[in-house]
Amino acid sequence: MSVAKEARQVHTKQSLPYERDFLLGLYERMMTIRQFEDGIKFLFLEGIMPGTIHQCQGQEATAVGVCANLRQNDFITSTFRGHGHALAKGLSMQELLDELFGASTGCCKGKGGSMHVGSMAKGMVPGIAIVGSGIPVAAGMALAFKMQRTDRVAACFFGDGAVAEGAFHEGVNMAAIWNLPAVFVCENNLYGASTHVSKVMRDTNIASRVASYGIRGRRVDGNDVLAVYEAAKEAVEQCRVESGPAFLELLTYRRTGHSRRDPCHYQPKQEREEWFAKDPIDRFANVLKAQGVVDDEDLEAITTRILQQFNEAVENAKRAPLPTPQDLTTDVYL
Amino acid sequence: MPKRMGIAEALRKAIAEEMQRDSKVFCIGEDIAVPGGWGGAFTVTLGLEKEFPDRMIDTPIAELGFFGIACGAAMMGMRPIVDVQYGDFLFVACDQIIDNIAKMRYMSGGQIIMPVVMRAPIGATGRGSQHAQSMERYFTGVPGLKVVTVSNAYDAKGILKSAVRDDNPVMIFEHKLLYGSKGARAESGAIDGTSDIPDDDYVVPLDKAAIRREGADVTILSWLLMLHYSCEAARRLAEENIDAEVIDVRSLSPIDYRTIGTSVRKTGRVVIVEEGPKTGSVSAEIAAGIMEQFGEYLRCPIRRVASPDVPVPFSPVLENLYRPDVSRIAATARQVMKDM
Repeated sequence: MSVAKEARQVHTKQSLPYERDFLLGLYERMMTIRQFEDGIKFLFLEGIMPGTIHQCQGQEATAVGVCANLRQNDFITSTFRGHGHALAKGLSMQELLDELFGASTGCCKGKGGSMHVGSMAKGMVPGIAIVGSGIPVAAGMALAFKMQRTDRVAACFFGDGAVAEGAFHEGVNMAAIWNLPAVFVCENNLYGASTHVSKVMRDTNIASRVASYGIRGRRVDGNDVLAVYEAAKEAVEQCRVESGPAFLELLTYRRTGHSRRDPCHYQPKQEREEWFAKDPIDRFANVLKAQGVVDDEDLEAITTRILQQFNEAVENAKRAPLPTPQDLTTDVYL
Repeated sequence: MPKRMGIAEALRKAIAEEMQRDSKVFCIGEDIAVPGGWGGAFTVTLGLEKEFPDRMIDTPIAELGFFGIACGAAMMGMRPIVDVQYGDFLFVACDQIIDNIAKMRYMSGGQIIMPVVMRAPIGATGRGSQHAQSMERYFTGVPGLKVVTVSNAYDAKGILKSAVRDDNPVMIFEHKLLYGSKGARAESGAIDGTSDIPDDDYVVPLDKAAIRREGADVTILSWLLMLHYSCEAARRLAEENIDAEVIDVRSLSPIDYRTIGTSVRKTGRVVIVEEGPKTGSVSAEIAAGIMEQFGEYLRCPIRRVASPDVPVPFSPVLENLYRPDVSRIAATARQVMKDM
């Protein structure tokens, strides 16, 4: 390590209460998600990759900030917009890409696809692509952890749209009455598909609404990765000592369309510009630079390394073995 | 010493034994474990909370939610037995049952097992349209889900045990008139579903039909309440020198075509009896399966006895007209004998 960098690390310890490696880890995971999502969008539009995609550019801080508090044997549930959650929970770009390419080396052997990525070894059940459906499921995972007398935690990611589903009410209520170790993470990106939250709820403060279940909801800047990390830390610790569930509403914004080729004409220009100015990766980069943790050169090196890994993974995915006819009827009883 | 038991009691004993055997097994549902309560709508879990206070979970009235709870718990290594008060309420829970519970093993590429047992009482029993439907048809076409029925107490105990030990989700349909529920939860018009239950830890497979009466002339296929009616019809037919073979199809998904086929080859005549409406029924599926696999052995067309395509009516007069009975089954068998 250069003298200059050592000096920066000392400086970091004085100004931000985190290790430099930890901060760089957060940045690298967010940038990995961004590069992955930008890269596969191109592959999809070029017709190189099959299926459909729902992307999370702009929401990287929620996945990374929450999952940084979880152990490998803690579990998350995700949605159809789950690539970021998967990468944050420790799945590799390769096993995700292979899955997106429909290859038998994918994390679900090509049987799940983009909307159902997951890995039981890494602590993520396959994405549940029915809105709100993962909420009672996460409560059930938390119930198992409680019955097994472990201190494991289930974190449940869902969007603002899920709050209108009956499953939200039923799942959060049962987690509350049984004190389950579940962290409910509502990523409020202002839109359910193309519909703005203000059209579907009279009180758009989702965190305040969960007080009616007898639990405290916290509303957090979801584009500030350290704020997310701290709020999730408190939530996870609360669950580990049998004082769950916890509820976080993370305010964020989806930079891309709902899915596929959606051009987002329903997002007003001014709103987009305001949120783009609050981009979680740019903001965190500025914090790191202002604190002297990194310089532009360091960040450039991280991005270059991720891009190289991504490009290699793409080449591998293109050559990955595809499922055989026999695979059609395995992993299910007949 | 074998003991005579009804279906409700046999299920209760099976659940207790499985919970003793495996600490991962637990029960979840509405009103299943309230001290001084009912033990579920038909007394199946009555008193189990005394022995298993931490593994009998009473839920809010939230079928979608607690089937989701069961799904999540199963993925994390538990083996839930989920109880609904009436089969009709399964519709409320269908997103969890069909989208998650039935599919997770497959769409995870085999990473997940889903040992969820779902128990549901069905049948038209003086309650009008929404506590009465024959629900089998809605689940037999769901890949990933096993669907079985229990027509007597011996099967009930052995099938429940097999279901708990299976790593796939299993839906067990039980008939309200066959439970033998006692006290305030007893049903009027109940049919005897009791069996001698041996002491040993036996299981009944989830993919096998059972021949209840051997015969040479006509194969009658049915399950649950209709199986009992079919056996009675066969007794009447015997007096007319018609020798009916009665098969308890028992497993509706997968269907045991081996047992069915052996019978069809022998008799060449088939009557399928089902309590629910005819259109889109399980009997339609079985008839198609027989045609595809054993059509050349048929001496005459397959005939079905089922309810008309109407909701279950309340008035006892109408309900009795709606539900297939012994006379209609016997008449249809006679007709088949005349066909060829």
